[in-house]
Amino acid sequence: MNLFSLVLVNLGRNKLRTTLTLMSVVVALFLFCALRGVLDTLAASIKVGSEARLVTRNAISLIFPLPLSYRERLLAIPGVKSVSYANWFGGRDPVDPGNFYAQFACDAETYMPIYDADVEIIAADSSAVPLPVPAGIDPKLAMFMSERDACIVGQSLFKRMKWKLGQKVPVSGTIFPGTWTFTIRAVYHAKDPAFGEESMLFHWKYLSEKGMGGQGIVGWYVLQLGDPGRAGEVTRTVDALYANSGAATHTETERAFQAGFVSMYGNVPFLIGVIGIAVVFAILLVAANTMMMATRERTAEFGVMKTLGFADATLFRLVLIEAGIITFGGGTLGALLAKFAIEGSRFNAGGFLPPMTISWTTVAIGIGVAVLMGATSGIIPALQASRLRIVDALRRVE
Amino acid sequence: MAIPISYNLRNVTQRPWSTLATTLGIALVVAILVGAFALASGFQAALVETGSPENLIVLRTGADSEISSGISRDAANILRALPEVQVGADGRPLASAEMVVLINQPRLGQGGSSNVTVRGIDAEGLKLRNQVKVVEGRMFTPGTDEVIVARRMARRFASCGIGDKLRFGQRDFAVVGHFTAGGSGFDSEVWGDNAVLMPALNREGAFQSVTLRMRDTTRFAALEKQLEADPRLGVQVRTERGWYSEQSALMATIIRVGGVFITLIMAVGAIFGAMNTMFAAVKQRTREIAVLLTLGFTPTAITLSFLVESVLIAMIGGVAGCLIALPINGITTSTTNWSSFSEVAFAFRVTPVGMAVGLVFAAALGLVGGFLPALRAGRQSLAASLRAA
Repeated sequence: MNLFSLVLVNLGRNKLRTTLTLMSVVVALFLFCALRGVLDTLAASIKVGSEARLVTRNAISLIFPLPLSYRERLLAIPGVKSVSYANWFGGRDPVDPGNFYAQFACDAETYMPIYDADVEIIAADSSAVPLPVPAGIDPKLAMFMSERDACIVGQSLFKRMKWKLGQKVPVSGTIFPGTWTFTIRAVYHAKDPAFGEESMLFHWKYLSEKGMGGQGIVGWYVLQLGDPGRAGEVTRTVDALYANSGAATHTETERAFQAGFVSMYGNVPFLIGVIGIAVVFAILLVAANTMMMATRERTAEFGVMKTLGFADATLFRLVLIEAGIITFGGGTLGALLAKFAIEGSRFNAGGFLPPMTISWTTVAIGIGVAVLMGATSGIIPALQASRLRIVDALRRVE
Repeated sequence: MAIPISYNLRNVTQRPWSTLATTLGIALVVAILVGAFALASGFQAALVETGSPENLIVLRTGADSEISSGISRDAANILRALPEVQVGADGRPLASAEMVVLINQPRLGQGGSSNVTVRGIDAEGLKLRNQVKVVEGRMFTPGTDEVIVARRMARRFASCGIGDKLRFGQRDFAVVGHFTAGGSGFDSEVWGDNAVLMPALNREGAFQSVTLRMRDTTRFAALEKQLEADPRLGVQVRTERGWYSEQSALMATIIRVGGVFITLIMAVGAIFGAMNTMFAAVKQRTREIAVLLTLGFTPTAITLSFLVESVLIAMIGGVAGCLIALPINGITTSTTNWSSFSEVAFAFRVTPVGMAVGLVFAAALGLVGGFLPALRAGRQSLAASLRAA
């Protein structure tokens, strides 16, 4: 009879207890991986966004605009291939103001070609008469391009709101007052998850005409570079160009721009980390308690085994492996459950985050933590078992 | 007849390590719950206490934060001249038209940057906020490029120390003082003189909000109706307190829901642990149970007794959990309030309600975890118990 089958027999002795302990480890590791998954998702959203594109915003903060007149000068900077611009609209659903989604006004003629590789138009209204489409734009967008108040919406938003193509969607403006109505002319799928599928895009020109009295006020510029290697140089040129103007600029890669939003979470990631540790520690106590109970019950049995010639080291291993199997099994189950259940649900915190991802690194760390938990919870009972003197073990009456 | 509780108490102390492990496990779960509630309460308090019940705030119709609002100078003058507005000792109406903008500042101690609220006020602005006190340095001098920074923010953001310069709109603003604002939302702001800040930031056209002190608070509803119907203004009116609590609602809900969600999952694990302990206790005491049955205690009394013991262990955990959570009270932390897009620094607030929730939760854990083991204890047959012994 080898050591391993002995361990299995021991595990099966009190099935209820083994199952309960296993389940508590499953729960703990599920939670641990889910919490770390939030951090993974935040970390992943730092890495999205292109490094071949720059974002230029007002140096003070994003709420201050830039003049439209910057566009021509930005376009003339060496290394800049094309320039587009957009504004945050900040509208609310007039029926249910709590039902939040983002709306952006963009210069579609330049914006769509820049993001051509990131989005794919999966459904669009087509008109009876063929309409001309500007160069570089998906022909499916013909209707959208030809209508002043048309909009494109993300697939996941489209499904969530149960919209239909051609539907007129009312939006009440918080920054640009009044009720605005946009006609849905196309639905996009984000090939790059960074782009998100929870937004509505409409024509900047419409915003300018209706909301700014024809003024050219731009939220931010997007600069497409010919060569990403020139990002640093272009950044410095742009910011130096406007350093002493009425609206100084702050330019960074799109990736850094996205990372800026993640950094706004402040201490939240730290708090999530602390909770993760507390969860692991709480379940460590449960596991340690179980192992102690299990060995205490078997004191007399250990005495018999020692009498029969089992070495101290063997008993040490016996207890430790038993603890290890419970936590390793439970940990693996919990970590995998977190990965597949949470990723499968595509939970995105109501659009605040990109769909949750749990990296394999997190799964591996989770399993590692579980094994460590097994070792820690098993070490004292294992030592007790190995140091037990036969006389004491056999004398002890339970 | 019920088994005396002293029997359970002695039993609990009979197995100190096992009890301790279970208690600590439950304590951690309760601590997380109480902590999450403390976070939500602190966040909410930071915003709700910003508002004084006598003040009302006027914003543009449809605006859902101060930064997206705009009130023209004409409208601000109409509001200031309202007869419902209280008049100060100097004869000027207690009304403050304010500019509110965000500046992006690098964080200290942690990478990245975030948006800090800058509020431009005039002399009346301070009279309306009694809770604001300069605790270090001095008040800014009106008409100069000086600002004061909330002490909580000064620790968290670059260039906010006294003597430092904050640069925006091609101008350097000297930080001359740090202030506290009684744990309110103003504790996350930078204040300066409207007359200087507005031209510097190209915001001369419009204010963001107007705050008024009412002569008679019972007139609020009527005044709200009158102003919101006035076509010259195009505004919405809220009590200051109502407005700031609206601003905190979303985030506080997210924190509470998140906290409860995490605790519930943790609770499942803790319940399994408690069940283990109680099952072991029942098994160990097979003989004792037999004796109790022989003495004439009913099975129900025995079930009840084990249930009491389980709840007792859990409650000790609950109390320990509250004690673990207590030291976080007052620790400041900060995050972005997505409703206003700006950084809010706030202190954890361990409230009696939060602790009560934690204790009730602990008792529930004990009850659920102890239920099956207690049932087993009560159902034990006398013959079998004595034989097992």
